[in-house]
Amino acid sequence: MNPGSTLLATLIPLPVLLPLLGAGLTLVLSRRPMLQRAVSVAVLAVVVVIAALLLVTAVQSGPVVATVGSWPVPLGITLVVDPLSGLMLLTSMTVTLAVLVYAIGQGVYDRDEDTPITIFHPTYLVLAAGVANAFLSGDLFNLYVGFEVLLMASYVLLTLGGSRSRVRAGITYVVVNVVSSLVFLVGIALVYAAVGTLNLAQISLRMAEVPSGTALAIHLVLLTAFGIKAAVFPLSAWLPDSYPTAAAPVTAVFAGLLTKVGVYSIIRTETLLFPDSEVTQTVLLVAAGLTMLVGALGAIAQADIKRILSFTLVSHIGYMIFGIALATPLGVAGAVFYVVHHITVQATLFCVVGLIEGVGGSTSVTRLGGLAKASPLLALLWFIPAVNLGGIPPLSGFVGKLGLVQAGVVDGSALAWTLVVVSVLTSLLTLYAVTKVWVLAFWRPADQIPVSEEPDQDEDEEADEGDEDAPDDRERTTGGLPGAPTPRSGVLTQVRPGTARTIARAEANSGAEVDWPVARLAPTDGAPALSGRFLGAAGDTVSSSLPRVMTAATAALVVLGLSLTVAAGPLYAVADQASDDLVARTPYIQAVFAQTVDDRVAR
Amino acid sequence: MTSPIVLLALVGVLYTAGVYLLLERSLTRVLLGVLVLGNATNVLVIVAGGPTGAAPLVGRAPEETMSDALVQALVLTAIVITLGVSAFLLALIHRAWTLDREDDLTEDTEDRSVRRRLARGEQEDEEELDTTGCENVSDTDPEDTETGPDPVRAAAGAIGEDGR
Repeated sequence: MNPGSTLLATLIPLPVLLPLLGAGLTLVLSRRPMLQRAVSVAVLAVVVVIAALLLVTAVQSGPVVATVGSWPVPLGITLVVDPLSGLMLLTSMTVTLAVLVYAIGQGVYDRDEDTPITIFHPTYLVLAAGVANAFLSGDLFNLYVGFEVLLMASYVLLTLGGSRSRVRAGITYVVVNVVSSLVFLVGIALVYAAVGTLNLAQISLRMAEVPSGTALAIHLVLLTAFGIKAAVFPLSAWLPDSYPTAAAPVTAVFAGLLTKVGVYSIIRTETLLFPDSEVTQTVLLVAAGLTMLVGALGAIAQADIKRILSFTLVSHIGYMIFGIALATPLGVAGAVFYVVHHITVQATLFCVVGLIEGVGGSTSVTRLGGLAKASPLLALLWFIPAVNLGGIPPLSGFVGKLGLVQAGVVDGSALAWTLVVVSVLTSLLTLYAVTKVWVLAFWRPADQIPVSEEPDQDEDEEADEGDEDAPDDRERTTGGLPGAPTPRSGVLTQVRPGTARTIARAEANSGAEVDWPVARLAPTDGAPALSGRFLGAAGDTVSSSLPRVMTAATAALVVLGLSLTVAAGPLYAVADQASDDLVARTPYIQAVFAQTVDDRVAR
Repeated sequence: MTSPIVLLALVGVLYTAGVYLLLERSLTRVLLGVLVLGNATNVLVIVAGGPTGAAPLVGRAPEETMSDALVQALVLTAIVITLGVSAFLLALIHRAWTLDREDDLTEDTEDRSVRRRLARGEQEDEEELDTTGCENVSDTDPEDTETGPDPVRAAAGAIGEDGR
């Protein structure tokens, strides 16, 4: 190891440490909102710079290892930056920073400085620390701690404001994740019982001597735990249920990061701990195919944009699992590239939904219309990441999918070919889902938004704020042609001009009976309550123009997504190198154990 | 290495009870289930540390007879985490109680639609939904009839559980 990288090794703990210290500082500064925001942005900006430095070092001179407290390697906690974790760290922290700026913009836009969301900044930084810890950890138990830190922060962020729908979604989310963490802990216990260590590098060496049956059992327990966290199909039902209720920036950062930490853990498990496990590779391939299909079909059935995106999120996890399950350098490289692409694009889309909600007053495609005319900029911001998600050339989504398909074709087995077909089909279905949103919400003239005559008297539904989309979901799922851009098949007695928002405003002001929940929830003289707001309650100002900071942050994310396309070549080279390192395993293991010698010599 | 049968049996019993509680509809029982499962897992981690021995303090006993200190550190961490999560979950349950005066897991609207579809049959339901796109009277009806034993509801409830 050259002296430069040992110097850089001292930087490794900082992506975890700085956000934690920043969290403490922002908590103290909770009465000084401006200062609080400045601290959070500064901390995350510094972390992004450090992450970039670490990635460059890891790519140029191999994995960098830091031993916390200078304990010799198998004893202490090790933090490792190899190309994979460096890439994940850089991408996730960049997206986290952009979404933080977006959130600050929304906080200003919502005019909720007086409301108790000062807890947002500390929690958000703790989330960042947890994510960084999980990516950097070279130790199974430290990975568990990283997961718990980020999950604990995510519980708070998801239930911010404590509205009815968020509490309901929050309970499901918390219980599911607690159970998955317990399964993970069981896995840790089994690993420790089998090999007597929790250091990833040491486990990978010793696991070869464990009888194959025992190893398979341990492997499956760990995969189950990570599968829940990554939302792989049979274990994914919790995600579309809980994510859409949260505030827009919270959903964006969750969608970008949380499931990817699970995917990252699966990559590590598959490549470092249990390479060449044919049983689980088959299991993962099947799960990947089902995840893609079920997620994409779910997305088509939905009418609420947030739900559509949550289902596409699940669906595209399947692509990454596909690449991992192939277990070839090509496949893993495709998966790594796809993770980077997907973190960016999914976070961007959820940010755009927040903007759509601000302009259109709803996130349901049945109540939106004329957005392209109302705000061409918003249309552009939606269109680029949407087609990117769908995999239209030459965008990064296409590059990622192409890499995976190529890896599948090279693999050549019947199952791999099936997966290739499924992934192309899923790409089309995704494109269909996002195009549906485009056609209905953006292209459809505003005066063609169908409105039914009957006043709604359902108290129960009224209570469920944030579940405005529910009736439409049902209609979509049970109707004959889900998602078709035709008016609903019911008796339409009239159509009204204007977007849902403007109608809502007009009707709310006049005190008239309004027939969709967004507007019905509105106070008689105020703006409609929107689920994507921080506190899930009214308090925003009505404005047809886009909020500047939020738009700028979203635009930055879109540009980041585009730059992934422009820099796809070098990025894919990094992904290739990461996957070569992963499949070879030796660079990681050697780097960790080289550290042991160094430390003992130093003593 | 001998396996401590008693501890393993305890783990088994706790897992059984924990999973049973976790599948209940009442949120307080779910919380209890989480606690029991957490304890079971902690015991399992302790068992993973091998046979028990002397206290792992340097100088008190020969090193070979000491029990493994690492698993105890791990369990300590896990206990703290479980404590924090339980506190948060308790707060959420309390919040749900203050909002709805209900300890049961409130159903997702999606689950409700499944239940109604089961109760009325696909055809009729579709018709009803298509006319309004909103669940008007149809949704409040079955709620009123809930007092009597209703096998259909139970079945749908089970489906709701699966859906989660």
